[in-house]
Amino acid sequence: MSAKLAGQQVSIAYGEQRIVENLDLIVPQRRFTALVGPNGSGKSTILRALAGLMAPTKGTILLDGRSIDILSTKEMAKRVGVLLQGPVAPEGLTVRDLVKQGRYPHRSLFGRWSAEHEAACEDAMMLTGTTTLADTPLERLSGGQRQRAWIAMTLAQQGEVLLLDEPTTYLDLAHQIELMNLITKLVRDHGKTVIAVLHDLNQAARYAEHIVMLKGGKITAAGRPEHVISEAAIADVFGVHSVIIRDPVAGTPLCVPL
Amino acid sequence: MICGFDTNDGKRLFVLLFLCCMLVGMSMWAVTLGMMRISPFTVWNALFSFDGSREHLLVTTIRLPRVLAGLVAGSALAVSGAIMQAVTNNPLASPGLLGINAGAAFAVVLMMTFFGAGTGDVYMWFAFCGAGCAALFVYALGSFGPAGHSTTGLILAGAIVATFLTALTSAVLIFDQSTLDAVRLWTAGSLAGRTTAQVAAVAPYILTGLIAAFFLARHLVTLSLGADAARSLGQNPMVWRAVAIAIVILLAGSAVALAGPIGFVGLIVPHIARLTVGVDYRWILPFCAIGGALLVIAADTAGRMVFASQSFPVGVTIALIGAPFFLWLARNRAGEAV
Repeated sequence: MSAKLAGQQVSIAYGEQRIVENLDLIVPQRRFTALVGPNGSGKSTILRALAGLMAPTKGTILLDGRSIDILSTKEMAKRVGVLLQGPVAPEGLTVRDLVKQGRYPHRSLFGRWSAEHEAACEDAMMLTGTTTLADTPLERLSGGQRQRAWIAMTLAQQGEVLLLDEPTTYLDLAHQIELMNLITKLVRDHGKTVIAVLHDLNQAARYAEHIVMLKGGKITAAGRPEHVISEAAIADVFGVHSVIIRDPVAGTPLCVPL
Repeated sequence: MICGFDTNDGKRLFVLLFLCCMLVGMSMWAVTLGMMRISPFTVWNALFSFDGSREHLLVTTIRLPRVLAGLVAGSALAVSGAIMQAVTNNPLASPGLLGINAGAAFAVVLMMTFFGAGTGDVYMWFAFCGAGCAALFVYALGSFGPAGHSTTGLILAGAIVATFLTALTSAVLIFDQSTLDAVRLWTAGSLAGRTTAQVAAVAPYILTGLIAAFFLARHLVTLSLGADAARSLGQNPMVWRAVAIAIVILLAGSAVALAGPIGFVGLIVPHIARLTVGVDYRWILPFCAIGGALLVIAADTAGRMVFASQSFPVGVTIALIGAPFFLWLARNRAGEAV
């Protein structure tokens, strides 16, 4: 299992405030990795650094073993798709318009729209089930549909890596499951490496193959769900006493707070 | 649709062509109208077989430059307004937000105070420099430092600099009555007395700005998704924002230098454009270019007709039309948000 993305001795700070210090992180290739941890543990900050959206004050982020510093914004965008929390689109923008934006890194300054771009967009909409919504403005969609439209945009980028910050927040149960299944499909059938910040531990344990647990900007545990999710770890990281049982359906660890 | 020509594009093209015809008609009407009515036939002759008669002179030296000034100023202001709204992701943004109007007014007032009321040509250059300096200062203030990532920094810097410059301008005017009289008409935004030479002086800048803006259009959509999203799509938002602001300075600076600070054009026309042709800036910008020109010429002509005065400032007429429209728009939007 080789590392697709990795952080080496990464420190990140907002001005004087240090968020992450000397972090070593490995994101396995063609796996679904979940970042979990309490609020303020630095999950989103780490995701932004992995996406190249903010530069670490110290250390390096590696993509396929090479520093992302040598990649231009455009090259980075061809390989890594990112969806942050609460993205906003201008009023009236349709799903198709948005998905087309995913082709931005593949177009030269005056490059024309081609059949290849069109095909990439069609595929992305097909995968996310947004084809029938193509001409609907984003503001008329439900939360789940809108989230899928944004994911379609990142898929149109056709990168190997997908970074998602709390993709299931604000979605109802059915849409959460739908999204998790989509991620599983992307990893299994399309060879993508997906990293998502997730709040729901049980969701992470059930769908992710690799879990990175964070507390105060440091990794407390990383590995397969059954190795990471333990009563002691939950008590230490979240300050919550719980019992871990076996999920009767998936067989993964299920955390039940006391 | 690989080349993107669908029925919607057909409709948009029709709208644009219709506006073009309206613009030609309106310009024609504007030239014929005034203290002395001149027939379209005479206008035609004045343009293509000039005979030096009083009517022909009136057309070529007074009426036509006025219409041309309205044409270029209106186009420039509306297009730069649309760009500002995309860059700041703020529907209330206009070129004035960069301190362009305040900077131009301050420079003109300073010039008059220190060098006396010069000719129109001289203060045009002062206005352009004032607008450019103020906008560059606002951009520098708003883009560097901790708030550089967000557009809030730019909006705040613009508001502060504009308010400060306006206060300074007022302070100078309080002590200098003669300048106040000379500058009063200019600050309202007026097309009266503009010469062909003045229009020709700014036209290359405005033309360059308009062409650059059309090349920018596709990148504007990406930029309007916000800095983070733009970056994750491979766009360098700092670079493209700088390019966009440079175009706004070129366009709005030239327009203000030529016609004074005509408000509302840069605010309203982009909104009408979006309501009519959608969110694609490749359609919005041409619509703004034609619509802005049409609005300014129509308002100027209406002002001349209703108030029977050749010097009635077009800025006032547009505000009279613009304010109610904008109130309606703002209330409508507020209603949607709830």
